Amino acid sequence: MKELLIGNAAVARGLYDAGCAVISSYPGTPSTEITECFAKFEDAYCEWAPNEKVATETAFGASLRGKRSACCMKHVGLNVAADPLFTMSYTGVNGGMVICVADDPGMHSSQNEQDSRHYAIASKIPMLEPSNSQESYDFARLAFEISEQFDTPVLLKMCTRVAHSQSIVETREKATDTEKPYEKNPQKYIMAPANAIRRHPFVEDRTKALADYAETSELNRVEKGSKDFGIITSSTSYQYVKEIFGDDVSVLKLGMVNPLPTKLIRDFAKELKTVYVVEELDPIIETHCRNIGVDVIGKEKFSITGEFSQKTIAKAFGLDDKYSVKLEENIPVRPPMMCAGCPHRGMFYVLSKNKITVLGDIGCYTLGSAAPLNALDMTLCMGASVSGIHGFNVAGGEETEKNTVCVIGDSTFMHSGVTGLINIAYNQSNSTVIILDNSITGMTGHQQNPTTGYSIKGDPAGKVSLEKLCESIGINSVRVVDPYNLEECERVVKEEIAKDEPSVIISRRPCVLLKYVKPKKPLKVNPEKCRSCKRCMKFGCPAISFRDKHAVVDPTLCIGCGVCAQLCPFDAFESEEQ
Amino acid sequence: METKNVMIVGVGGQGSLLASKLLGRLLVDEGYDVKVSEVHGMSQRGGSVVTYVRFGDKVYSPVIEDGEADFIISFEKLEAARYVDKLKKGGTVIVNTQQIDPMPVIIGAADYPEDVLEQMEQKGVHVDAIDALSLAVEAGSSKACNIVLMGRLAKYFEMDKDKWEAAIRNSVKPQFIEMNIKAFELGYKN
Repeated sequence: MKELLIGNAAVARGLYDAGCAVISSYPGTPSTEITECFAKFEDAYCEWAPNEKVATETAFGASLRGKRSACCMKHVGLNVAADPLFTMSYTGVNGGMVICVADDPGMHSSQNEQDSRHYAIASKIPMLEPSNSQESYDFARLAFEISEQFDTPVLLKMCTRVAHSQSIVETREKATDTEKPYEKNPQKYIMAPANAIRRHPFVEDRTKALADYAETSELNRVEKGSKDFGIITSSTSYQYVKEIFGDDVSVLKLGMVNPLPTKLIRDFAKELKTVYVVEELDPIIETHCRNIGVDVIGKEKFSITGEFSQKTIAKAFGLDDKYSVKLEENIPVRPPMMCAGCPHRGMFYVLSKNKITVLGDIGCYTLGSAAPLNALDMTLCMGASVSGIHGFNVAGGEETEKNTVCVIGDSTFMHSGVTGLINIAYNQSNSTVIILDNSITGMTGHQQNPTTGYSIKGDPAGKVSLEKLCESIGINSVRVVDPYNLEECERVVKEEIAKDEPSVIISRRPCVLLKYVKPKKPLKVNPEKCRSCKRCMKFGCPAISFRDKHAVVDPTLCIGCGVCAQLCPFDAFESEEQ
Repeated sequence: METKNVMIVGVGGQGSLLASKLLGRLLVDEGYDVKVSEVHGMSQRGGSVVTYVRFGDKVYSPVIEDGEADFIISFEKLEAARYVDKLKKGGTVIVNTQQIDPMPVIIGAADYPEDVLEQMEQKGVHVDAIDALSLAVEAGSSKACNIVLMGRLAKYFEMDKDKWEAAIRNSVKPQFIEMNIKAFELGYKN
């Protein structure tokens, strides 16, 4: 059957059709849809885990038991999962295991542009890299075969353009009888030094065997062209190369990027005058070519930063001469922002107004850094706000303690904020942690998490109480506030940062985009009362704009949260709500 | 057939994903090779969003670059201007005349350039402006802007109108079919 699928949906389908029985993941753009699509298959187990390390170890456990399993994450998630990754390379697998990792060149939705291929090399785990949805499906299936044949987990590397581009996929029959029995095997699965030291040579031998496989595998193919130069490429870069040159130029298309073939590359280069390597981000293939004595042109011509397109490649070859309309007008940027009625905004307004130093984290609330709130001082990685404020206060003492908070979302707190809070409770810094609890994982598009009480399939699940968790860690002062109530937020924040002990403020209000959150009637500005002071404009609500010397509310955006009415000194915002 | 390129641009939350889904399905049913590329995540939060739809005998790249788009369908005026450099010579911009202020305009750090459509026309761009929001409201929901704009695009396609309507029936929930068919007709006619 032919379907138009995004790469991630094709991966989900490929995993399922290969008999994958267990998936555990943490959401992260651009990887999230793999797990969401997989969750629709009723006869396979699928879950959101609190973080990528837990997800990877869960998938490992399922593999150990003998089932085909997978875990999915974005590139920075693989940092979190790196600990099990390196040692799973030694244990190998029982049931096949696939780790899907999605890079984000161009940083559409990420804090860095790291290249996951380094992990494949460093952990000595094979990595496949599809270039469209059909390959996403095929490679996901093949990954399990490789996993079991070579006794290794397999990395399946996506990137934003492959993950989020739809192309036509033809699926095949679902595999059957993929389960294996569990047998106790301490030498293979207990990675204490005496066993691990025997497994390391196995890993090296396996890499050699996989390198041989790479020479002849259908994953890597040569497409002969007529020109005297050739291009070695993979992933979405392959599509850009074909877009420009069609069948004119010889292409070595690599679907397996670790380990890389040697003879295949040498033979390809032998017949050509010049060989280019076109790969996004780091020069991985290029470095390998040089290491095996093949002279190539790579990063001196193609950027090491950002995303490629047919334009960037054409330009590098001096071929870009397309007509293009240019307006003289300076078009104002349209950055993403917190939604109208976003519960995070009220808390950020209070923090900004009181000039409090705010260490931030990863989520929708990173948008609190934007104008006009400009509320954040730092964003690093998942959980770093909580660990970071401890270090900040240990270093700064009373001077910073009384004027600093950190903010972290409910899902991010579960992911890796809680360990930082344990450190605060244990080492007793006077830190104030604000958990922005909007009862969902927001930025990645509404995934359930351990605090929401629902599973990935929407069924009732266990529910972690943030209050009880914080108290049990040893935080004596745990307060809950409503971010729609500015007076309450301001009072509690001031009280808590003044205390000589660690404290947690839970700022609780569900995301306004959740289906069960029913919007109230939009507010209206009474032009008689509005005195054009523009105080409401400092709030940065997209529903409020300034027209004809007065504030106006866009009724299609306003959800009637009423926070603007609390800001207006002249009571100009009026509600029809009874 | 040479690859045709359609860009759908707008503001996060305006429903451009449904428009690309509809178009993609229609083109696959017509037997074309199709690629549709969208960016999820951060850009959905009221930011500028762009979807690329490409179809032909064989499509490689999922993205559309400068001077390549046969059509730009913009859900908002400013967004049409933002991406007009992607338009091919002789291409058409179909634009909903709605104005949505971006944050720099809201906070007074920038002005909304009111005459961007005229500026485009002065550069020789074929601009087909349509008040899709009003037509969508007439059809029954302000959310049907996307289908009004698809109706407009259909005028430029040599494809049986029934096929578009069939694609709509396959892409939306049963209770919204009639409303969306009406929205499509209004976009097509006006």
